[in-house]
Amino acid sequence: MTNTIGCIEKADVILVTGSNTTENHPVLSASVKRAVSFRGARLIVVDPRNIKIAGFAHQRLRPNLGTDVAWINGMMHVIIKENLYDKTFVENRTAGFDELKKTVETYTPEHVEKITGIPAKQLADAARMYAEAQRGSILYCMGITQHTSGTDNVKSLANLAMLCGNLGIEGGGVNPLRGQNNVQGACDMGGLPNVFTAYQPVNSPDALKKMEGGWNVTGLSAKPGLKATEMIPAALEGKIKALYIIGENPLVSDPDLNHAEHCLKHLDFLVVQDIFLTETAKSADVVLPSACFAEKEGTFSNTERRVQRVRKAAEPPGQAKEDWKITAEISTRMGHPMSYSDTEAIFGEIRKVTPSYAGITYQRIEEEGIHWPCPNTEHPGTPVLHTAQFPIGKGKFHAVEWMPPAETADAEYPVYLTTGRVIYQYHTGTMTMKTGGLNERAPESFVEISPADGGKYGLRHGDLAEIASRRGSITARVQFSDKAADGTVFIPFHFAAAAANRLTNAALDPVSGIPEYKVCAVRLSKAA
Amino acid sequence: MSEQHQIIINGNEFSYEPGETILETARRNHIDIPTLCYLKGATPTGECRICVVEVEGARTLAASCATPAANGMIVRTESPKVVEARRLIIQLMLSSGNHNCAVRGSDSKDWTQFQLDVHQADSSSELCPVWGDCRLQDLAYRYQVSGERFPKTETVYPIESVNPFIVRDFSRCILCGRCVQACNEVQVNNAIHFGYRGASTKIIAAGDRPLKDSDCVFCGECVQACPVGALVEKDVRYRVRPRDTKKVRTTCGYCGVGCQMFLHVKDGKVVKVTGVEDVAPNYGSLCVKGRFGFDFISSPERLTVPLIKENGKFREASWDEALDLTAKKLGEIKEQHGPDSIGVLTSARITNEENYIAQKFARAVLKTNNVDHCARL
Ligand code: SF4
Ligand code: SF4
Ligand code: SF4
Repeated sequence: MTNTIGCIEKADVILVTGSNTTENHPVLSASVKRAVSFRGARLIVVDPRNIKIAGFAHQRLRPNLGTDVAWINGMMHVIIKENLYDKTFVENRTAGFDELKKTVETYTPEHVEKITGIPAKQLADAARMYAEAQRGSILYCMGITQHTSGTDNVKSLANLAMLCGNLGIEGGGVNPLRGQNNVQGACDMGGLPNVFTAYQPVNSPDALKKMEGGWNVTGLSAKPGLKATEMIPAALEGKIKALYIIGENPLVSDPDLNHAEHCLKHLDFLVVQDIFLTETAKSADVVLPSACFAEKEGTFSNTERRVQRVRKAAEPPGQAKEDWKITAEISTRMGHPMSYSDTEAIFGEIRKVTPSYAGITYQRIEEEGIHWPCPNTEHPGTPVLHTAQFPIGKGKFHAVEWMPPAETADAEYPVYLTTGRVIYQYHTGTMTMKTGGLNERAPESFVEISPADGGKYGLRHGDLAEIASRRGSITARVQFSDKAADGTVFIPFHFAAAAANRLTNAALDPVSGIPEYKVCAVRLSKAA
Repeated sequence: MSEQHQIIINGNEFSYEPGETILETARRNHIDIPTLCYLKGATPTGECRICVVEVEGARTLAASCATPAANGMIVRTESPKVVEARRLIIQLMLSSGNHNCAVRGSDSKDWTQFQLDVHQADSSSELCPVWGDCRLQDLAYRYQVSGERFPKTETVYPIESVNPFIVRDFSRCILCGRCVQACNEVQVNNAIHFGYRGASTKIIAAGDRPLKDSDCVFCGECVQACPVGALVEKDVRYRVRPRDTKKVRTTCGYCGVGCQMFLHVKDGKVVKVTGVEDVAPNYGSLCVKGRFGFDFISSPERLTVPLIKENGKFREASWDEALDLTAKKLGEIKEQHGPDSIGVLTSARITNEENYIAQKFARAVLKTNNVDHCARL
């Protein structure tokens, strides 16, 4: 997030898109609901599904799946045409405005209505509402990123925020909500194929040299590596021979699961380190038992870049060990001794090679976490990013054109499928499904469809339906819901027994490598 | 300027921020005015009147949570009149239901019958499930009162325990309204409200239905807010007593909000979770996963020993054997096919320190940048 969770309650207009906030980030959603209910903030919700947070909205837009760039461009069209944009901000802080203006010129509300299904007047009203904000905050999640056009979607939202001068101020910002507890930290720590810690590029000679010095090694590779979604197919091609998977369960979470399973079989060696014998661990050659969050010391970085302490409350079961200890022991056995007295010692090393974490110490975050960047121990941390300038000087508008999703509905597969989570389960369910109460509330997979679609495909509430895509098929129970739009169904991806990802498309965003989980085409029928 | 914002509490002068209540000014200055219904961040209701104070010149006692501090105001927080009023309120509350902690008092015959009735209602022979962790009990001790002054009022509504997480015991509800505020003003789930009138007043979910059939999403904010034993976590009730647990503060392991939480540990096992109040980002709030989704930690399905697959089947192995095999295999593959033939998937679940070590291992040891995590998945 460019801003903090606390900032949400300072906004006077909040735009939520591609985020089922009340189910996926419940406590953060309370900030949105409080801002609207008690502080007079206005709320725009843009989502194909009629999700709960939309019940609080002043404007609720329901675009067709995969049409985000179109409605965002449409909003900017209205804002520029009606002169509602922040001229001072655009002039002083940005570059590329003319090109943006040219690109969005064709995105009249009428044209956008044809693509997105959002009524022209409603789009214009929502655009005005956002533009008139003193402090407008944008919140988004996987509904924006999990598309082949995900990077474009994110750029478009940044365009919109810059156009209205909503960056670098309290209560504003473009705020991605991270789905998993330490996504932010995994990225910050260089758990990415193209960067070291703090996003220092692996192909920058300076950064490379610095890391070689810091780690006291030579011969680091300057060639960006493969993304997770590329490693799996690379196994099939024989380019990847071994995988070391820590705490992930790609055999439920991966798109086009049938294919992923097939790929992993081609590995010469698979080692999985996890707290449970997950579907992925079952196909491993070696399984290493690890400690869970309650059994270790360390830090997590939350979605607002706040580095917070994790503390040990219980002993790991049996011989299970902290992940870092296991990795360090493998390293040592490969002839590269790695030893640290404790996690604080590791954190000390992180501070040395990670400028944005340099000023953070365990002692400073004992009571309350600090937002990076925090360059030195006197620095209070940075709750709001880009207050004076962007890292690259001027903020560049990236004019983007709308592109349709990789797969569209047709005669054979006439219905759109989108995937996501429910409040009572988490990710592939390895953790939540151990709590009986959570299972009682959300026991099995389901397919959420509109009653009209039910009629069309001969399905009733409670029926078992077969849902098939070009890649596979699953059965799930039909749930009629007014959340569903006609022509689009929703399936949660938690349940291995009816894994939605047997259906989803592995087409990737060319830049981020994120698969298009949010749109694919399926057909529905009553299960035999 | 500031001289115009002076208030005298118990003989000492304090300055206050305009708009601040007497309670806020007092608490800021470490003067302990007891409260029951007051919930920080929500609109004060003045419902329970435990926080009354004497304001010189006023005819009646003022609820300090709802009375703004004013210049020149002279306030007494523990005057005889105040203490008398508080004792009466506590006595009334104690006699209003199954408050079977020792402070209930009463002669022995009554006491026995009362306990037997409560045990039957509770299906337990123990004292109140929140014994030792109850604001009403604390106050009864502080003001040295028992409930015997008034006859026990009948409890009208049976216990509701038909959902997996929360037991609602209306017999112990003092109708302070904190749960209603927690649900409507803090979490804004708008699931529960005051229902019925007068002696029949009850906290109800829409249409007086069980929570499981209402808008309730089991965040448990109401449980954390309840000052007495009327709302208790189902798995905790009669199983976990605060004196048997230690609390460890940590960060939630589920979503990216990073809620601050206390893990309550009994005999080495996490048995309850509560939100850490007064600190960002969650100020005490949690969601159903954070508060109730901790059973996985002590699940019997946890992996406890390293496993090695032989002929398609796993067998248990020692750490030495599993680690040696892993190191040997990775080394061989690196040797034969080059560093970029190996990939490391680190995790959005594990700590920063562990992610750092994992990527360092990929880069500095394997010498490949094939390292990623499944954030995008
Ligand atoms: S658990 Fe949460 S949603 Fe349910 S009644 Fe309590 S505060 Fe409201
Ligand atoms: S249930 Fe608890 S919090 Fe709610 S009104 Fe009763 S005593 Fe107060
Ligand atoms: S308690 Fe809920 S909202 Fe808070 S971090 Fe955990 S999962 Fe997220």
